[in-house]
Amino acid sequence: MAKKISIDPVTRIEGHLRIDCEVDNGKVTNAWSSGQMWRGIEVILKGRDPRDAWAYTQRICGVCTTVHAIASVRAVEDALKMEIPLNAQYIRNLIIGGHGIHDHMVHFYHLCALDWVDIVSATTADVQETAKLGQKLSDWKGNSPQEIKAVQDRLKKFIASGQLGIFASGYWGHPAMKLSPEVNLLAATHYLQALEYQRKINQMVAILGSKTPHVQNLAVGGVSNPINPDNPANLTVQKLYQIKTLIDEVGDFINQAMLTDVAAIGAFYADWTTYGAGVLNYLSVPDMPMDTKGTQFALPGGYIPAGDIGQFAPLASQREKTLHEGIKESIKHAWYNGAWDRSPYDEETVPDYTGYDYDKKYSWVKAPTYLGKPAQVGPLPHVVAMYLAGHEPTKTYVDNTLKTVSAIAGATVGIDALHSTIGRIAARVIRCAVLHDNLGAQWQALIDNIGKGDYTTFNTPVFPKGEQRGAGFHEAPRGMLSHWIVIDNGKIKNYQCVVPSTWNAGPRNDADELGPYEASLVGNPVADPELPLEVLRTIHSFDPCIACAIHLVDGKKTPLGKVKVL
Amino acid sequence: MSDGVLNRRALVLGIGNLLIGDEGVGCTAVAELSRRYTLPASVECVDGGTAGFELLPMLDGKDHVILIDALRDEREPGTVIMVENEHVPKAFLNRTTPHQLGICDVLAAAELTDALPGHLTLYGVEPKRLDVGIGLSPEVEAGMEKVISAVVEQLRHSGYEVRHNGIESEH
Repeated sequence: MAKKISIDPVTRIEGHLRIDCEVDNGKVTNAWSSGQMWRGIEVILKGRDPRDAWAYTQRICGVCTTVHAIASVRAVEDALKMEIPLNAQYIRNLIIGGHGIHDHMVHFYHLCALDWVDIVSATTADVQETAKLGQKLSDWKGNSPQEIKAVQDRLKKFIASGQLGIFASGYWGHPAMKLSPEVNLLAATHYLQALEYQRKINQMVAILGSKTPHVQNLAVGGVSNPINPDNPANLTVQKLYQIKTLIDEVGDFINQAMLTDVAAIGAFYADWTTYGAGVLNYLSVPDMPMDTKGTQFALPGGYIPAGDIGQFAPLASQREKTLHEGIKESIKHAWYNGAWDRSPYDEETVPDYTGYDYDKKYSWVKAPTYLGKPAQVGPLPHVVAMYLAGHEPTKTYVDNTLKTVSAIAGATVGIDALHSTIGRIAARVIRCAVLHDNLGAQWQALIDNIGKGDYTTFNTPVFPKGEQRGAGFHEAPRGMLSHWIVIDNGKIKNYQCVVPSTWNAGPRNDADELGPYEASLVGNPVADPELPLEVLRTIHSFDPCIACAIHLVDGKKTPLGKVKVL
Repeated sequence: MSDGVLNRRALVLGIGNLLIGDEGVGCTAVAELSRRYTLPASVECVDGGTAGFELLPMLDGKDHVILIDALRDEREPGTVIMVENEHVPKAFLNRTTPHQLGICDVLAAAELTDALPGHLTLYGVEPKRLDVGIGLSPEVEAGMEKVISAVVEQLRHSGYEVRHNGIESEH
């Protein structure tokens, strides 16, 4: 008989996500995804100056700070039909790329890997065997027996202290954990090293963005970084070379540790290439604009309906009509007043909580559609689109990764394997490598342009009387993000954010079709409904982020110990 | 050294979401602290927002880290509590999120990489209003004033020269 399980909250994610599944005979037969918290950014922005919106939107979410700032300035720039100086495009692209690499690295190692890698088992591994395995897989300098031994000692000490801390929510010893102690230890070693490399790439973002976690250098019309090769207060040649060094250091880790780790996990968990495909309408936008008008992009994007690569429809720019007119959001199953299906420009945000009802309304997340269909967004749709568009670095990384997987698994693994839980994770790591590859090109383009004597970084926005509408798109780490603005006499009249996790975590739409999380869970195995690790694997593969950023230290969940009341 | 603390460095880190009412108390507190006082170069004052791992490098080389955050502990709104060192919660437990990693989670990662400061203080303010909107409730604002005074006193006690700018609360 079917048994209903409810995971609330799903751990290791941003915000509050609740997943309900019907499990029958060890398989998920139906699923519901529910965002349990209301984000009302739109309400805060009404009546404000459109030039300030980005500073507010980057506070929506703890991880997506930069991306909401980028989408916001692009929305206003689209409404005003502005051109952006080349230097500003390149500086933004460097920030976008650096942030994306940081995000993918943290997701892969610190969120997702623990669903597949058993940290406790790693403490029983043979150090020499682990080092041998590491050296067989790649030339990574961090695979020395000394380094691996140090990590194992650290883990042993940490676990022996009885305070699992960072690892307390893992499913250690679960029957679905299949890696050998040595593979576990190798991955754990890179888990710790990744903490160091995520710092380096974030340092690059901090140099350009003036301040992290919230960048300060954006402006509607460009960036506020004054370029002056000689003045140390500005973006100097010395700072630019510091950035280049950081980019290079991170590259070795991505290419020699991260790509091999994901190939190894993919090969050892080959059965997971058959689960978790879900919605096969893939949507992504081109990003990294390389000209002032936003007509040329370093990374392509587009739409693939029903997983049919023959129907791949590339999007030439972020301002294409089909994109701006093809997106709607339905609230039939979301806790807002009414039952409409509308363009984000024409939405209203009137919350109306009516309780959790599987058949009616059950989420704060709206259900977006593209050309009337639900769509999956994220690194997987983006990597497939770039591959089909013939983007050479993407093709190289995809083909090489599949080759490595095939070699470890001892069987040919083709590109179809990407349409799965494990494929979604692999695509994220591949995208990380593609972003890194592109960082070098953006850096060079900036240096060359400054070398020509162009120091412009900002065009002044002018707000005409009357109403303007604009949508700002960005291919963010979790997928296509869009901000929609209606400006009336220079003030914000309406503002909507359609975030990647709205696309993926959304509930059923107007036609009652399942959203990507929901669809991807159907058919998923569940060995033990009390310990639904397999459900978490598929949900975590999307890198969920419900973007509400409630960030309270909760004294009741974690006993505070000795407290002094002031 | 002019600040009288040889080679020691401190960080005051406000955490929270400015868009969710009292959740923004940590961010507002550090903004007010740096507006009203002149801090020596050895004291860094940072609005950490809702960030996670991006905060890790800020802990580097600090002897004392003072955190200010909204802290729900079922007390009267505006109540300020102070927790020190090992009593600052470090466990990820059910709240592990690499994105909006709670500050406890950042500390756990710091512990794992030996980057934990020698002295750790958390000031928590019990929130009242957690709806979407900008601004603190009067109770939490009063709590924030207590926190600012306590932080200034604590820094001075450790020998950091914290000078008042003559600017008072506007509220």
